[in-house]
Amino acid sequence: MHVEFAGGGVPGFVHLYAGQEASAAGVCAHLTGRDVLLNTHRAHGPAIARGADIFAVAKEIYCRGDGLCRGRGGSAHLHDAANGLWAANSGVGSGVALGCGAALAARTKGTGGVAVALVGDGAVNQGVVSEGLNLASIWKLPLVVVFENNGYGEATAAEYAIAGGSIAHRAEAFGMPGHRVDGSDYFVVSESVGTAVSRARRGDGPSLIEVDVPRFFGHFEGDAQTYRSPEEAERARRERDCLVKFRESVISDGVLEAESLDLIDGEVAHLIERVYTEAKAAPLPPDSEFMEYIYADSH
Amino acid sequence: MVLKTYRQAINEALVGEMRRDADVILMGEDVAGGAGGSGEDDAWGGPLGVTRGLLSEFGSDRVLDTPISEAGFIGAAIGAAAAGLRPVVDLMFNDFVGVCFDQVVNQAAKFRYMFGGQDQVPLTIRTMIGAGLNISSQHSQSLYPVFSYFAGLKVLVPSSPYDAKGLLTSAIRDNDPVIFCEHKLLYDMVEDVPDENYSIPFGEANLLREGQDVTIVALSRMVHVATEAAAVLAREGIEADLLDPRTTTPLDTESILDSVEATGRLVIVDEAGPRCGMASDIAALVAEDGFGHLRAPIVKVTPPHVPIPAAPNLEAMYIPDVARVVEAVRRVVAY
Repeated sequence: MHVEFAGGGVPGFVHLYAGQEASAAGVCAHLTGRDVLLNTHRAHGPAIARGADIFAVAKEIYCRGDGLCRGRGGSAHLHDAANGLWAANSGVGSGVALGCGAALAARTKGTGGVAVALVGDGAVNQGVVSEGLNLASIWKLPLVVVFENNGYGEATAAEYAIAGGSIAHRAEAFGMPGHRVDGSDYFVVSESVGTAVSRARRGDGPSLIEVDVPRFFGHFEGDAQTYRSPEEAERARRERDCLVKFRESVISDGVLEAESLDLIDGEVAHLIERVYTEAKAAPLPPDSEFMEYIYADSH
Repeated sequence: MVLKTYRQAINEALVGEMRRDADVILMGEDVAGGAGGSGEDDAWGGPLGVTRGLLSEFGSDRVLDTPISEAGFIGAAIGAAAAGLRPVVDLMFNDFVGVCFDQVVNQAAKFRYMFGGQDQVPLTIRTMIGAGLNISSQHSQSLYPVFSYFAGLKVLVPSSPYDAKGLLTSAIRDNDPVIFCEHKLLYDMVEDVPDENYSIPFGEANLLREGQDVTIVALSRMVHVATEAAAVLAREGIEADLLDPRTTTPLDTESILDSVEATGRLVIVDEAGPRCGMASDIAALVAEDGFGHLRAPIVKVTPPHVPIPAAPNLEAMYIPDVARVVEAVRRVVAY
């Protein structure tokens, strides 16, 4: 997507998830069909991890008529209700409040479902985040809030913006467990999220997890990133690439062999080619449907 | 039929819909009023007693007192609606939308469209509008024009107990986010209201009085100011069509244009401000689509462009009154 965007032809803003993959993968490993994942504006990775059709994801990024959201949302607003993927959001902290609602509905209707809100470090200082954490705690909602701390809220460093220096520590003030984990290690993320999701499912209330992840690219594609040294991203790629670490880990533990991983990589590369070809060739939404989907009774 | 207050009518609509549908829940600040205290659990039943008695019938799983955190609980209500409940959430004073604007206009209003029609958000936001209690500018505004700006929301402005019950019933049964604007000076108004729930469709204006000389369009409590003015004018031989749109989104443009076609004159009485308000909106509608029928300039009777003061004398200058409506109508008739 980084290359495609630079070549032109991708409408709007694009915020890449590269470097953060282990976070969404570690979260989604614990979710079932009755659960809701609140997506972030860095939306592509979590959508794929949640099981959204990758062709429909790509078509939405290209604002095509048969994209996930029929071209109404674009890159930053991927939503796939049928797969329990919700509301990638430009109001970056809103997922916490919306997640409270999804969790409340799950409990009220007795579905056994939980909600997980993915939120960036840039959103943590929004009032709606504190309000949602408070509500989740006093109502003991089946909610897990996962803060993906990639070090920057847009161009401003988390170190500068977050008082106290820790998101995880804020959990204590809201009376819920809070943990900070290494987001470059899939297994560490998965274990932490698994504990929190089980707790929520048991009815024991919400948890907060801060996942430290690198951000390989800029805030958005085209961002010159003059606010950080070029070495920083390069070092992150060298030392904290979760895909590389996963590969090394499963090979050394004898879980998977290098050949089977190479085979998967080859299949994925081929799939990505097909996805881009199909997405770019797909038509934009019909002009005739411009005014549809505003109200439930208008379509 | 029994005489009931606007307050009772709203309460009955809520009770009826909560009995009818287990997915209807109520949430907001002090909707029960007493959670966690050392006294009664439902001490208040809403800041002005509108939701009294609901906690005892429906329990704390369906009647939820919230902390003072509008962004949090309005957002939660939106999420709950998208997940299959039918929340009725109390924003208390509509002025407080300032702290949860993103939730109302960017989340609720866009959840369906921006995600390509995958979901519906059957959410009702009850909120108080209107000046007249000397409680200054953060408790007294009428912000329905602001809500009406946003495609994706429906906006209701009931002016009577009968309309309040029917429109709230429709709002709760509706599958879109609805802003239900209760005028705080109308809570004690009484009218015959049926015991059972009934629904009033959106986008159908109520013609309260027929006349050939002028069309008066009035909203919410201004309907009653306009009704008095029309009676004064009738004694002078000026007969008015008096229209209450009842809902600002959808707006019954056809009834307004039909009436102006017959009368050729339009006066709009709106308690919302003079800029970018419903009066401006309706004036623009008629200027665009009914210009050929106009025999006089359109006149808007609204407050001036000023925050609402607490002082009784200044607040009285703010709210449009009968004399101003009578004067405006005389002016367009004499034009």
